Amino acid sequence: MALTSADQAAAGRVPPGGIDITDLRVELSGSAVDVVDDIDLSLAPGEIVGLVGESGSGKTTVGTSLLGYARAGARIGGGTITFGGRDVLALPWQQVRQIRGEEIAYVPQDPASALNPSIRIGRQIVELMELRGLGTPESRLAGARAGLAEVGLPDDDEFLRRYAHQLSGGQVQRVALAMAFLPRPKVLVLDEPTTGLDVTTQGMVLQTMAELCRTHGVAALYVTHDLAVVANIADRVAVMYAGQVVELGDRDTIFRSPTHPYTRALLDAIPHLSHARALSGIPGRTPAPGRRPHGCRFHDRCGYVVPACTEGVPALAETAPGHQVRCIRADEVGPWDISRGLVPDTDPGKPRDVILSISELDVCYGRKQVVHGVSFDLARAEVVALVGESGSGKTTISRCVGGLHKEWTGTIEFDGQTLGRGSRRRSVADRKRIQYIFQNPYLSLNPRLTIEQIVKRPMELFRIAKGRAATDKVVELLEQVALGPAVLHSQANRLSGGERQRVAIARALAAEPDVLVCDEITSALDVSVQGSIVALLESLRVSRGISMLFVTHNLALVRSIADRVQILNGGRVVESGPVVQVMDSPQDDYTRRLLASSPAIA
Amino acid sequence: MSASTVAPATRSSRRGAGLRRASRIPRLVGGAVITALVVLLAVLGPLLAPHGQNEVVGVPFGTADGLLGNDYLGQDVLSRLLNGGRAILLISLLGTALGMVLGVLVGVVAAYSGGWLDEVIMRLNDVTLAFPQILLALVVLTAVDQPRAWLIVVLVGVSHAPRVARLARGVALGIVSRDFVVAAEALGEKRSRVILAEVLPNMNAPLLAEAGLRLTYSIGLVAALGFLGFSTDPNAANWGQMIQENRLAMASQPWAVLAPVLVIGLFTVGTNLMADGIAQLADRGDR
Repeated sequence: MALTSADQAAAGRVPPGGIDITDLRVELSGSAVDVVDDIDLSLAPGEIVGLVGESGSGKTTVGTSLLGYARAGARIGGGTITFGGRDVLALPWQQVRQIRGEEIAYVPQDPASALNPSIRIGRQIVELMELRGLGTPESRLAGARAGLAEVGLPDDDEFLRRYAHQLSGGQVQRVALAMAFLPRPKVLVLDEPTTGLDVTTQGMVLQTMAELCRTHGVAALYVTHDLAVVANIADRVAVMYAGQVVELGDRDTIFRSPTHPYTRALLDAIPHLSHARALSGIPGRTPAPGRRPHGCRFHDRCGYVVPACTEGVPALAETAPGHQVRCIRADEVGPWDISRGLVPDTDPGKPRDVILSISELDVCYGRKQVVHGVSFDLARAEVVALVGESGSGKTTISRCVGGLHKEWTGTIEFDGQTLGRGSRRRSVADRKRIQYIFQNPYLSLNPRLTIEQIVKRPMELFRIAKGRAATDKVVELLEQVALGPAVLHSQANRLSGGERQRVAIARALAAEPDVLVCDEITSALDVSVQGSIVALLESLRVSRGISMLFVTHNLALVRSIADRVQILNGGRVVESGPVVQVMDSPQDDYTRRLLASSPAIA
Repeated sequence: MSASTVAPATRSSRRGAGLRRASRIPRLVGGAVITALVVLLAVLGPLLAPHGQNEVVGVPFGTADGLLGNDYLGQDVLSRLLNGGRAILLISLLGTALGMVLGVLVGVVAAYSGGWLDEVIMRLNDVTLAFPQILLALVVLTAVDQPRAWLIVVLVGVSHAPRVARLARGVALGIVSRDFVVAAEALGEKRSRVILAEVLPNMNAPLLAEAGLRLTYSIGLVAALGFLGFSTDPNAANWGQMIQENRLAMASQPWAVLAPVLVIGLFTVGTNLMADGIAQLADRGDR
């Protein structure tokens, strides 16, 4: 069992090499508004602690404060970070600088921006060793090679001579890991280092990282929003909400018997690889610093709320050895089961009424062919998932169907008619009946228009409604996507990512389509928001009989949302069929590899 | 709460909030005040002038009469200063507006259409860019006997257009590839509507800053043309022309030159501060 900070403080000792956060508070500079508050966490050597939270929870703030750093606009307002008998926050800056990178290392989310694009990889690693005074001038190159070999990268001269842009995303991240490990740090802070990597690459990076931490006895804080990743690599998990740790415990405790209502809601929102689930979101939105409610910060979104919840901030109390929960009703919330919300997979024998069929689709970008003879079809009220890693051609296919990409050969038949290449060559009816939803809701809504104008436009364009009647319909649609009329006159930049994506969905629905093409529409969103969007799409499919082409890289999500799946690799369909068949008994090697690398919770 | 009760409140309060936000940007307020003062001077000046603009009040380059002394013909400098702003400001403003409209149109159409059309438009644009702004105006002006105001407006506008087009194309390139423009395309919106409703509104900030800069150049250009003797009415006072007329006596009667220079300088500072401020405001609104 890991010692709690209280125990250690009482005993007056800190495990050698570990790090101990006590009562940490970070504020917005110039005000008493807290970004994070009341953080107590200790990391033992060789232990990986997952710090999980959604955007705005303050998880990255806690991560960087381990290095005595707060981003511009914030300052560390109190607390101690005890490391090797010293308080990092009380040290003079020269010593903090010495500690950073050497004893406490940091791996950023986007390693490409951490490597200098104009210096060769080998030179960069050698420079780091010079800076840290590691080795002798003669031994440094060998040291760099050893460091690269340790993270499973080639260590030959050819590789050392490369620039950062000549490496793949996974390689860059492993170079960053190698550089973090070279000075043999005792503490490592990893800030979402695998976000943006393909699952197979992510799997390799995570494995490398976990091995290095365990063999070198490094205490690692793994900051992420991805519960599935944490479930695979962490020893202990701390769940953060609105600047506070709401639950802390062993991995198995957190995933088998979560107690805090927020942890439970998060787990309810994530899809499983092994079973289809009815996902649910968390109502409301994460409050920003300064707007957090009094009392328990989760009370306004909590299903277990009682009047006492608003009265005082609950303490992070121990409910079982090593398991701490910040909830006054921790003893009353009852048991919880991870298999809650499981639903049966779609029956593979279900009759299908095909509405859209794609045959022998070839797409070239310049001279490079990115899609090779792809054929599949989509039935009414059915969800077909296109799954693959980056470069698999999944988005390109969806863009061809949506009329955003013009240069392709083959045929796409929609309701018995051949579809034109590009939206301008399609009939008005075709344009209306197939709607496309983009991956990034921050880019897909015109920031100069109001929500009303955005959602109303397709109705005017397709002569569905206009004027007052159209406004009424907009309100109706906004209700349907759980936004409400209050946002009618706001501009998109006043809304959060999840709210924007709902507006984008409302815009697509305004055209009263038969087919929705969804291009990774949840990948930029928090898991709880993803849960509610998936629930929304499912209800639309059932109530309106809309068919969906769902592009994603997330196989677990496919299991919960799709009826059929096409696995793409290098622009070719390598395996396809009903979700339950493909995922339970994959035939192709690539599918097996994808499934094996996908982080799974259960 | 229903939509109808929410809407009017947010609409009127948004306008108020906009003003309040604007008042918090010092350079916008300062710029607006300076610009307004110079415009007021130009507009109300003729009413306040103690003498007529062609009335001889004393000896040439005399410093004894009036606040600012006399000019090369013995006319009152203050009166000519108060009279000489209206035409130059109006011509500069209209010329700038014309240049912006032409330039933005060319630039945005080039960026939006892309491909060979973009190439052709921009290479032609480069050819016109090769002419110095004033040269283009001079070639035309020397050919006509008595330049009309509209001709100067057109010349100023046309000489700005290729420079504005370069910038507008650059800004538009970053916008036409964004998803909301692609989304409008996929819906089958007309091209003109995509440009006007989706692309243009998102170019406000850089275009406003450019307009401020172009206005400065316009005033410089019109003043320079006046200095070279090309003005709509050689007898009427004109800030640019005044500099040329009185430069011989810079040492003995500096105010006859300094006064119009200072007003022109003040105006350009004012408009530039204002344009900067508006760009800042638009930027903040985005966040």
